[in-house]
Amino acid sequence: MSQKNRALKLSALAVYAFLYLPLLIVVIYSFNDSKLNAEWVGFTFKWYDKLFHNREMLTAAGNSLIIATSSAMIATVLGTLAGMAMYKYRLKVLPGLVLAPIAMPDILMGVSLLLFFIMLNMSLGLISITLAHITFCIGFVALSVQARMSSIDRSLTEAARDLGATPWQCFRKITLPLLAPGIIAGALMAFTLSIDDFVITFFVAGVGSSTLPLQIYSMVKIAVTPEVNAISTLLMLLTLILITLVARLSPGALRS
Amino acid sequence: MQTKHWQQRLLTLPPMSYLLIFFAVPTVIMLFASFRYAGEYGGLAPWYSYEEGKLAFDLTLENWQRLFETDIYLRLFAKSIGYAVLTTLLCILLGYPLALMIARSPRKHRDLLLLLVILPFWSNFLVRIYAWMIIFSPSGALTHMINSLLDIFGLAPISLMYSPTAVIVCLVYVHLPFMVLPLYANLEKHDPALLDAAQDLGATRWRRFWKITWPISLPGVYAGSILVFIPVLGMFAIPDLLGGTDGIMIANVIKQQFVESRDWPFGSVLSMVLTVAAVLAVLLGAKFGQQAGQTR
Repeated sequence: MSQKNRALKLSALAVYAFLYLPLLIVVIYSFNDSKLNAEWVGFTFKWYDKLFHNREMLTAAGNSLIIATSSAMIATVLGTLAGMAMYKYRLKVLPGLVLAPIAMPDILMGVSLLLFFIMLNMSLGLISITLAHITFCIGFVALSVQARMSSIDRSLTEAARDLGATPWQCFRKITLPLLAPGIIAGALMAFTLSIDDFVITFFVAGVGSSTLPLQIYSMVKIAVTPEVNAISTLLMLLTLILITLVARLSPGALRS
Repeated sequence: MQTKHWQQRLLTLPPMSYLLIFFAVPTVIMLFASFRYAGEYGGLAPWYSYEEGKLAFDLTLENWQRLFETDIYLRLFAKSIGYAVLTTLLCILLGYPLALMIARSPRKHRDLLLLLVILPFWSNFLVRIYAWMIIFSPSGALTHMINSLLDIFGLAPISLMYSPTAVIVCLVYVHLPFMVLPLYANLEKHDPALLDAAQDLGATRWRRFWKITWPISLPGVYAGSILVFIPVLGMFAIPDLLGGTDGIMIANVIKQQFVESRDWPFGSVLSMVLTVAAVLAVLLGAKFGQQAGQTR
């Protein structure tokens, strides 16, 4: 029995190494004083310094923040409504509509939204990107909120109603505060998904506007440079903070 | 009763209309675009004309016929399905021991161990591909090591970058968490008494696994397989950055039709085929999962 446990633990450890070593390599080379991601030459911050003086990169980072903030806010409102509705009522269409964008390959949403925006004669840019990001974020917020709803004790709202609270009062004073961790977790996930999205943004961005992932893509396409390691490390740090927060607030949300 | 109805509409209508407009309608537009002519300078040509009081429609089946004119596209679809199947199998192979280990560790450690699987999945997608570009690069340590080994045996050096192998390794890397999570969710619920009983009756470790744990975990295996198979089938970024010419998949051609050659109608045809393939995969996986859940 113990022999099997050891074999199992060793193989699991190897898989953890497989998951983390590549990312660790990116981080380590971001501090390497060499243009090549090969030999270790010496410690430096110069790639970070270069990054903060790269105007295109800073514009792209600004765009990413604007898009992620606005799409997370709107997706949170819509996703919360959807999550509550999916928990409360037996619906047929809405759950399918909420899950389908998550289940389908990203490229399909990217190209179909491109066709859609062009058909409406909409110019591609920050607005089209934000509208697209909201579409794929709604589902994640909805699932997070739905999971949280099922952990709320129904007798609390029933008691409030028995004591004469209006449906609005009941929602405002009881459901919403209890739901808050699920909503915040959903919002943070939406923000992370938006900041990270490459595939869908690639199709609906048009020529003028760039986001961080698009910027990384165009840099990586040309050559592998330590500047990419630096921005990657910073992005990883940001994601790490956001996802740890989500895990604290609502452990169930990430698993759905 | 009246307020309940009103409440339901208030909750359902806003998200539903948003998703109808920005998800369902674009999909229908894509289906429609697959029957239109390409514009002179790329994009789409007008689909109707109105001349001398006569309305004429300019729609065609040509784009769909093109799909079957050569076997290039069908073979590429087959190849992509092959990549997706191989990736799924490798994810099961790597993900199963990990999920089992987490499910059998002390309860207080499980959340942390699981979070460690989820974290890389949430780090930027391009960063995770980029990490493999470094590892596979010709000047990288891995390539050096393999080639000096090959040199000892007098074999010609190989290049890891821009090969189908690089694509498969990165596909497995990116999608592994999708396999571990549903597997864990299933394995966690198994009753340890079943294994104890089997042991008391003299079943070996191996037999206990294949006769008890594996059959009960099948719904989790199917759920994870769908979550891996579908995104891999529609992947273009990984083959684009790591695949070279040998490693391209169907989504690379879709991207090429929409971005470089700007033949949107044909791009829409390929996208529709991919949509149907993805939907079929979901239905098939759900069916198998249900059967496995019932017969245990």
